[in-house]
Order: sequence, then C-alpha cells, then structure tokens
Amino acid sequence: MHLLYPLVVSALLFALGLYGVLARRNSVCVLMAVELMLNAVNLDFVAFDAWLRDEIFHAGQVFALFVITIAAAEVGLGLAIVLAVFRDTQSVALDQARSLRDADPPSVDA
Amino acid sequence: MTSVLFLLPPQPPAPSALHPSAAEIVFVLLGLVALGSGALVVTARVVVHAGLWLVVTLGSLAGCFLLLTAEFVAWVQVLIYVGAVVVLLLFAAMLTRAPTGPTELNSANRPIAAGVGVLTAVTLITLLVQAFRSAYIPLSHAVGSGTAATGTAVFRGYVLPFEVVSVLLLAALIGAVVLTRRDV
Repeated sequence: MHLLYPLVVSALLFALGLYGVLARRNSVCVLMAVELMLNAVNLDFVAFDAWLRDEIFHAGQVFALFVITIAAAEVGLGLAIVLAVFRDTQSVALDQARSLRDADPPSVDA
Repeated sequence: MTSVLFLLPPQPPAPSALHPSAAEIVFVLLGLVALGSGALVVTARVVVHAGLWLVVTLGSLAGCFLLLTAEFVAWVQVLIYVGAVVVLLLFAAMLTRAPTGPTELNSANRPIAAGVGVLTAVTLITLLVQAFRSAYIPLSHAVGSGTAATGTAVFRGYVLPFEVVSVLLLAALIGAVVLTRRDV
C-alpha cells in the first residue's frame, strides 16, 4: 500500500477536526472534534509503524495505544469540567463562559 | 526523507499507483466513509447525531488500522473509543440537555474556521505528497505484527511508560470524581 493513502486520509481528518474545534460552540461538540484530530494522529502513527517495519519495538503502534489511553483520560476530565460549568451557568456554550468565578447566585441545588 | 531511508531494509520497487491493490481499494473506501461521517460529526445540527456519526468514523478508522496490520490497536479502538468515549460523550450531551437548534451549536466564526481548515488540509497534503511520493508499505512482507508482537513490544521496551499511564488514568479518575461532586 502506498504510504500516501493513509497520510492523506489522516491529513483531511485532522483538518476536519480543526474546523470542528474552531467552528463549534457547544463544548461537547468541541470535544468530539478533538477526538477526530487525535484519531488522525493515530492513523499516522500506525501507517509509519508499518512503513518503518519496526518489528522489535513497534513504536508507532505502542504510541497509538498511549494516545488512545490519554484521549480517554482527557475526555473524562473534559466532560467533568463541562458538567461543572453547566451546573454553574446552565450553559455549555463556549462563548458564554467568560468568567472564572462562580455564577452570581451560587447554585445551592445540592 | 533521505535521513530516514537508511533505517529501512531494502524494499521491493513500488508498484504503480494506477493499479491499486485490493487492500488499497478497501482502504480508500474506508477512508471515504471515515471522512464523510467525520464531516457530518462537525456539521451535524443535533449533538446526539454528531456522537452517532463519530461511531461510524471511529469504526471505519479501526478497519483502516486492521488493513495496516495493527490488529491490537484496531480492537482497542473499538473497545475504548466506540465502547467508552462515545458513550461518555452521549451521556454528557444528555446531561447538559442538548440544545437542538441549528444555530446554537455553531459559533459565529465558522467561515474563518473553514478557511483555517482548508488551509491546513492544503498545506499538509502538499507537504506529504512532496515528502512521501514514492514511499510504499509492502504489506505482504509484514511479519511479526500481530497482537503477540504488540504485547511483547509494550512489555519489553515500554514498561515504565505503561505504568506511568496507569497512574495517569487513576489520577484522571479521581479528578473526574472530585470535579463532579457537589460537596467538595
């Protein structure tokens, strides 16, 4: 297989994810676009692993596994933050999250 | 490029790109599915629809990993991404009472974002075509790349990063619990 096939798919997927990160306003959608970008990088890792024929260390595949693990941790923490912000401001719109302090009437629904 | 080439064992000459092999045809089809559903992920008007299109994208990417002889990565992709990450995203979309209006999901700087995306794609593809025009992966020569080889690689050369990642996951777990509790 020519190396260009996976590389071009990965580049286009990365550009799609970048567009999503910049164009979305909903935090959950932004996190989905971040996942697209991480998957584009994973495709590159796996393609270069196959091209370089690294049969002892399989650096590309192992790095792809690490990226998947770290992406899982990232999305867990990111969604926890989104939920905390939503509880505070009743909104997940990124352009409305302008303040670092709590909302004026602190939420007491606990 | 030439600085990398000396690392490689001698390769058979690459066949012409005008006669794609079966693996290449399947890869292009899977890539088209991934790109199409990826475009729907970033343009869907309902959050839940975007999450479900993300499942299609990640599944076809797992197929691409299989074609590139990375079995274990493919199945980890299905288990972790499709099984866990997408479920988490859908949960968050429902807990935050997903807005369904077409204008609420996108911000006002969409045209600029589209410009940046197109520029990135053009730059990256130009660069990659210049650099790797003749690079060829001889998939039929791929030996020792199954799950056993990947497992051996993880536990031979990457034991310390593996343990560090497990501590990182524990920290992320505790952090998520602390962030979502109301009484701390």
